[in-house]
Amino acid sequence: MKGSSGFFINAKNLRFLSLLSILCFPLVAAAAPPDAPAVIVIRNATILTVSHGNIEHGAILIKDGKIAEVGQTVNAPKDAQVIDAAGQFVIPGIIDCHSHIAAESINEGSVSVSSIVNMAEILNPEDIDIYRDLAGGVTSANILHGSANAIGGQTLVIKLRWGQPASKLPFEGAVPGIKFALGENPKRSNFSIPGQPRRYPATRMGVEETIRGAFTEARDYKKTWDEYNKRAGAGEKNLIPPRRDLRLEPLVEVLEGKRYVHSHCYRGDEILMLLRVAKEFGFKVRTFQHVLEGYKVADELAAAGVGASTFSDWWAYKVEAYDAIPYNAALMTRRGVVVSINSDDAEEATHLNQEAAKSMKYGGLSHDEALKMVTLNPAMQLGIDKRVGTIDVGKDADLAIYNHDPLSAYAVVQKTLIDGRVYFDLQRDIAERAEREKEKKALIEKFKKAAEKKPEEKKPDAAGQKPGEKKPEEKKPEVKKPEEKPKPPQSNSADSAAVLQRGAL
Amino acid sequence: MKTAFIALRTALILVAVCVLAAIACAQAPPPNTYAITHAKIFTLAGSAIEDGTVVFHDGKITAVGAGIDIPAGTQVIDAKGLQVYPGIFDSITQMGLREIGAVSATVDSTEMGNYNPDVVAATAVSPSSEHIPVTRAAGITEVLAVPGSGGFDSGGSNSIIGGQASAIHLAGWVIDEMLIKKSAAMVIRWPEIETQTFDFATFSRKEKPYTEAKQEYDKQVNEITDWLERARHYAQVMEKGSPAKYDRDLKLEALAPVVRRELPVLVFADRAREIRNAVEFCDKQELRMILAGGAEAYKVKDLLRSKGVPVILRPTLTLPPEEDDPYDRLLSQPAELASAGVKFAIASFDNSFARRLGQNAANAVAHGLPYDEALKAVTIYPAQIFGLGDQIGTIEQGKLANLIVTNGDPLELTTDVKYLFIRGQLTSMENRHLRLYEKYAKRPKTQ
Repeated sequence: MKGSSGFFINAKNLRFLSLLSILCFPLVAAAAPPDAPAVIVIRNATILTVSHGNIEHGAILIKDGKIAEVGQTVNAPKDAQVIDAAGQFVIPGIIDCHSHIAAESINEGSVSVSSIVNMAEILNPEDIDIYRDLAGGVTSANILHGSANAIGGQTLVIKLRWGQPASKLPFEGAVPGIKFALGENPKRSNFSIPGQPRRYPATRMGVEETIRGAFTEARDYKKTWDEYNKRAGAGEKNLIPPRRDLRLEPLVEVLEGKRYVHSHCYRGDEILMLLRVAKEFGFKVRTFQHVLEGYKVADELAAAGVGASTFSDWWAYKVEAYDAIPYNAALMTRRGVVVSINSDDAEEATHLNQEAAKSMKYGGLSHDEALKMVTLNPAMQLGIDKRVGTIDVGKDADLAIYNHDPLSAYAVVQKTLIDGRVYFDLQRDIAERAEREKEKKALIEKFKKAAEKKPEEKKPDAAGQKPGEKKPEEKKPEVKKPEEKPKPPQSNSADSAAVLQRGAL
Repeated sequence: MKTAFIALRTALILVAVCVLAAIACAQAPPPNTYAITHAKIFTLAGSAIEDGTVVFHDGKITAVGAGIDIPAGTQVIDAKGLQVYPGIFDSITQMGLREIGAVSATVDSTEMGNYNPDVVAATAVSPSSEHIPVTRAAGITEVLAVPGSGGFDSGGSNSIIGGQASAIHLAGWVIDEMLIKKSAAMVIRWPEIETQTFDFATFSRKEKPYTEAKQEYDKQVNEITDWLERARHYAQVMEKGSPAKYDRDLKLEALAPVVRRELPVLVFADRAREIRNAVEFCDKQELRMILAGGAEAYKVKDLLRSKGVPVILRPTLTLPPEEDDPYDRLLSQPAELASAGVKFAIASFDNSFARRLGQNAANAVAHGLPYDEALKAVTIYPAQIFGLGDQIGTIEQGKLANLIVTNGDPLELTTDVKYLFIRGQLTSMENRHLRLYEKYAKRPKTQ
């Protein structure tokens, strides 16, 4: 939130430092997830169902990864594994509608329309931020491309199945998406690299024309295929099919309603602009992301049936965020917009429950409305609410268990379950720390010995090593120019825009 | 002289604030004696007082306790059901120095060049920054404005000696009314041994041999040493007299209080090695060191305790520096430092996120820090660390009346600050965000 290379190196950018450790010590390979028992029963819990009120001293029966029963009592078989949640609170797993974890890279920033690239192809299941966000109760996340382009890359929803291969991360059946971006980032206001020419568009006018131009092409391309398919379907022989265009195909899917548009935006006027363009081409915007001035055009958002996925209280990191207010979520909710609170940042995602709670302070939403901001509402926005987002029979057993009311700064996640599997367990995490420390020390010893054996090949950075210090080279990359990614390309820094204090946005 | 009682009902609170604010802003001199009555008072200098009263006059607390006599002519605020705390002190910010991060014209945090001991934050703090009222609304009554940030805000400049940090009240028409201490610390960014740098031309990391990186590090440390030695000589000349005294040097003059141990150095370092090097250096140079950042302070906690180096910790809501660190590394660090006897405060290191300071302290409690210690880490401890403990940080007779009246735990997310006093003046909580909220809440329904 927040980032610079100086004294005020921000919270989020501390991660610079950690990236370097990957080079020498790939210690944290994701452990294989524990097997899920076929039947689990959670007992004695305060259950915040989100859909049908709270149940005190309630129970949840989980069978084969699905919620089988919820209530004051459930019919658990004798061999069911019991999770005693006395004094604890169970909520539906948190859904982060704007995330950049588990991604090898974020921004294909060279062109203004980068719809050809797909986040699904660069998933990194070993990104430690998956585990860290699990520890914050997150079970699903919308993995977005960055915001360097008016039309960005293709996106997907994942479940945070830490320890599983990349192929197991995608949320089965979730509608794929595509990232759009409006305003300062696609017009590259805050980013310039010496020697690099500026790129069209450089104004909000140009952003609109970039999108309109791309959809004009996509519409023509679709017509060409439609005609081909029609004639081929009618039995016409020797037809030459049109040439495939991988850049336009995802846009055709948008036109056909098969791919969701998630558009980064800030100002009220640019929000209305995209709504007009969408209307012109007959497609829907699924969510506006950030949408920090959404409160100014809340009626228009509600009328268009567009979801708003925003921050709790970020502001003033750039001009288009200067009118951002923490009342945004509440104001939009009151005008009938489905609102979620997102992270755009691996750290922020670890306390989305707390960020949702702020909408009670700023704008007076109810406890239930606030909790929906990180559960049911993002599920609806991502079209996965039939599967997740509430604690109801038949839904996936994606749950987070806290030691206090989750809408408090004092609540700590005790367990996170996905598909009925315990992917994060606080007690297990603490218990394994000593073992991990031992393993780390052993690896360091091994590394040292290897270095001593071949003094001529000794890495120069091993020389000045002090005992107990594993890397003399730790350092954060010097970031002198504002660019949307202050981190090395393989990092999964948040969205675009380094300027920004939290390395995101 | 009649005592004005103001009924405290939820619906009337805003009205009450407006009335009192109007009184405070009117042409007539503002009332200078207030009493807050029937409140639970957390003095942080002893146990909480039930049904307590705090009286302040001319900006200073004159009495606190139960069953206190209220002098005639006192503005009384009946705070039944409410709680009183010392105002929160955010001890590292760029308040007033940076308005919009991405717009360099609005950023005055860092000067060009590596050594700027003579620049003072107070000079550039904008009293009309929108950040000030927004931050105040979160119960923060005073901050340390710290120069010397690097990175994007400063066009790449990243001073080693960044200048002097200023402690300021978050209220005042002009900086003179805001000042608590113009020069509260000399800011130093501790050099790092940088064996990897990030090259923007190729957008990739570049390796540098350790020996080369170490040479550069040594060079920078030698430069700091050189500045201090010259400052020592300069201070002697000024004190004892010598023909050299006619050569005035503004930078050395600024460093003289540092070498005389009158002014502490606020040294930014996060990794264990840098912290250790900085502590050893400051010990040898006999400087009064305050560590800032301290992401890995826990690794050197014994050293910090034995040398009596206090720490201003970066937000607890920060990811661990190492991939293989426990996920809650920074969340649980305050608890670990507290049990090790290291004195620390927690700060936001930011402007926009200053209002998350309470949240950051509460998260440390959730991970083991005793609650009282968390409250003190954002009030009296930073005050003591910067030598202001006799003026602010607790509710005690003789201290400045920087107080907040809340409807609950000031560290909790949903708590509201009902009244806020800075130097004994009831201070408005109106701000840019509330203004925009009220304006757009009233937008007529369209269609």
